[in-house]
Amino acid sequence: MSFLSYLISGISLGSVYAIIALGYTMVYGIARMLNFAHGDIIMVGGFAIFTMVSTLGMAPLVGIVTAVAVCTLLGVTIEFVAYRPLRGASSLAVLITAIGVSYLLQNLALLIFGSNARQFTSVVTVPGIKLAGGRLSISGETIVTIIVCIVIMAALTAFINKTRIGQAMLAVSEDRGAATLMGINVNRTIAITFAIGSALAAIAGALLCSTYPSLTPYTGSMPGIKAFVAAVFGGIGSIPGALLGGIILGVVENLSKAYISSQLSDAIVFSMLIVILLVRPTGILGKKINEKV
Amino acid sequence: MKKLITLGLAAAMAASLTACGSGNGGGSTTAAAGGETTAAAGKETTAAAADNSGAASSGGTFKIGVIGPLTGPAAAYGIAVQNGADLAVKEINAAGGVNGIMLENNTQDDEHDPQKSVNAYNTLKDWGAQAIVGSTTSDPCIAVAAETSNDNMFQITPSGSAVECVAPENVFRVCFADPDQGTASAVYIGENKLATKVAVIYDSSTTYSSGIREAFVKEAGTQGLEIVADEAFTADNATDFSVQLDKAKEAGAELVFLPIYYQEASVILKQASDKDFAPIFFGCDGMDGILTVENFDTSLAEGLMLLTPFSTTEESSKAFTEAYVAAYGIEPNQFAADSYDAVYAIKAAMEKSGVAADADYSTVCDAFKAAMTEISIDGLTGAGMTWNAAGEPDKAPKAVKIVNGVYEMQ
Repeated sequence: MSFLSYLISGISLGSVYAIIALGYTMVYGIARMLNFAHGDIIMVGGFAIFTMVSTLGMAPLVGIVTAVAVCTLLGVTIEFVAYRPLRGASSLAVLITAIGVSYLLQNLALLIFGSNARQFTSVVTVPGIKLAGGRLSISGETIVTIIVCIVIMAALTAFINKTRIGQAMLAVSEDRGAATLMGINVNRTIAITFAIGSALAAIAGALLCSTYPSLTPYTGSMPGIKAFVAAVFGGIGSIPGALLGGIILGVVENLSKAYISSQLSDAIVFSMLIVILLVRPTGILGKKINEKV
Repeated sequence: MKKLITLGLAAAMAASLTACGSGNGGGSTTAAAGGETTAAAGKETTAAAADNSGAASSGGTFKIGVIGPLTGPAAAYGIAVQNGADLAVKEINAAGGVNGIMLENNTQDDEHDPQKSVNAYNTLKDWGAQAIVGSTTSDPCIAVAAETSNDNMFQITPSGSAVECVAPENVFRVCFADPDQGTASAVYIGENKLATKVAVIYDSSTTYSSGIREAFVKEAGTQGLEIVADEAFTADNATDFSVQLDKAKEAGAELVFLPIYYQEASVILKQASDKDFAPIFFGCDGMDGILTVENFDTSLAEGLMLLTPFSTTEESSKAFTEAYVAAYGIEPNQFAADSYDAVYAIKAAMEKSGVAADADYSTVCDAFKAAMTEISIDGLTGAGMTWNAAGEPDKAPKAVKIVNGVYEMQ
């Protein structure tokens, strides 16, 4: 029974990682860059909702819509200001810029909101489920997160495979030069990718803060890093892989807390990343791509 | 592809390392950060500092520097320390100062960060501080103690409870040391038969929390307490406690001991109530402040017990509580009382040693070191408090319980 309870809290944690990993993997899959600021965009989303709902007293739905708008705008702006000028630069330069953007966002949030933690009021109103006479409980937040994850995964897959913009994204990720020759506006396509990725971050922020209701300017950073591990684990660039990787990571983290040691759980999670990279560098569902010389 | 991921991995590791550093510390320097309370408190200091220096008479002034987190995750402590010291200084000056010498105080923000605490100390030294009340939290206090020891500046920390805080001989404290709090908690739980099956959830990334937990676990055995779950978390994963709580629940814990700061405790209380897990929760002085967390449902803290040397409901703290509420609009907590007592300890040491107002800080320090072991004060945090040469106070511990949203003395 206790095993099931640990498993459920693992899946709950994993579903939060998964929804963040979806944004990571989407941007990586198309733009071929690791957007380390993703976790911090999530934090901005959380603060946008907190401001609208708890400070200004708006309905939760209004808060989420505002957060999506704010994050989309922020994502596109970051892409335009920080990443676009580096389009031709080495991937290392872009990576370091992304880390810089991440710290910029954290410190801006510190300046505006301060580092006092806030209790986030959950935006989820779905009631939880109690099983086995109340000994097992699944929270409404977990149920909603998993459903939202699956919906987003299906919608993203359909969007990329069925629409013209989606096809353009695929083309850009395959070969940027050839895509340009085919008349695809690469900059616009990547900007749209960032817009979608950041909108997902806002939704992830709403669910992350609802599940773990303590909001600080550092709220996004650790889950962001763990979600990156989840994305690599599932095969970075693969959308179903992000979901799978996230859930596995959450379950492993909680089971190692439960059965090995709560002191060592983070060490175990990061060791898992190293092992995966050594044994199967492309991740569980990742495709092997031959490097072009 | 492989190369990029390797790069990413390296970056992730680097980022996670830095995240460890900043996670529990960081804060901003703006007054807006802490919200209205901080801004108001900030204004209060300036006004108080102006008042206090304005009152200077022929006896000259003695400058006391105060250090604490006015913004950031531990702001409730720092603001209380600032207010407590302000109130004590105002009272003493209104009563004619110390042998005609007026006191002047200046508070600097350290955001609960050791490095910033040392910066705050240097700012105060430049300002002309002759003695230091601070730092408020343990890790910053250890950093500042190393500096004051080098400079031979007298330091008394209201609430730095880690053992190392008072390691240099120029540093004293008002609160109990961590091991003493851990031991006292175990003794209290054992003697009052609150529970026999006890779980501990502690923060393995802070000196404060691991120190108390170690002493608690050691003493628990002799008190007949069984530790059924001993669980940790770190500053980086201080948002999800479901597994730790599940383990405590499965093991049948009747009491959960939380030697942690109030911020994480508020999350634990929320998650425990979601799980219908309702043991007795028992904390130490770090729990003081839980009722001030923004947007926190204080009904969750109902029945929570904490070890603290101060309660507003005591007869001896009535006058202080009234004056404090009138000045700052909120009830004082233990930190305010600690710093109030710290200023009175300095007053007693001044009277005992008879230092001059214009004495340099090194002379003051030598005089105070000798005087501290000879004085005895009836403070808010204990009657007949005395100090030994190691800097530790001698007073009796007490426990309070939260009933209807206020502390009730046990």
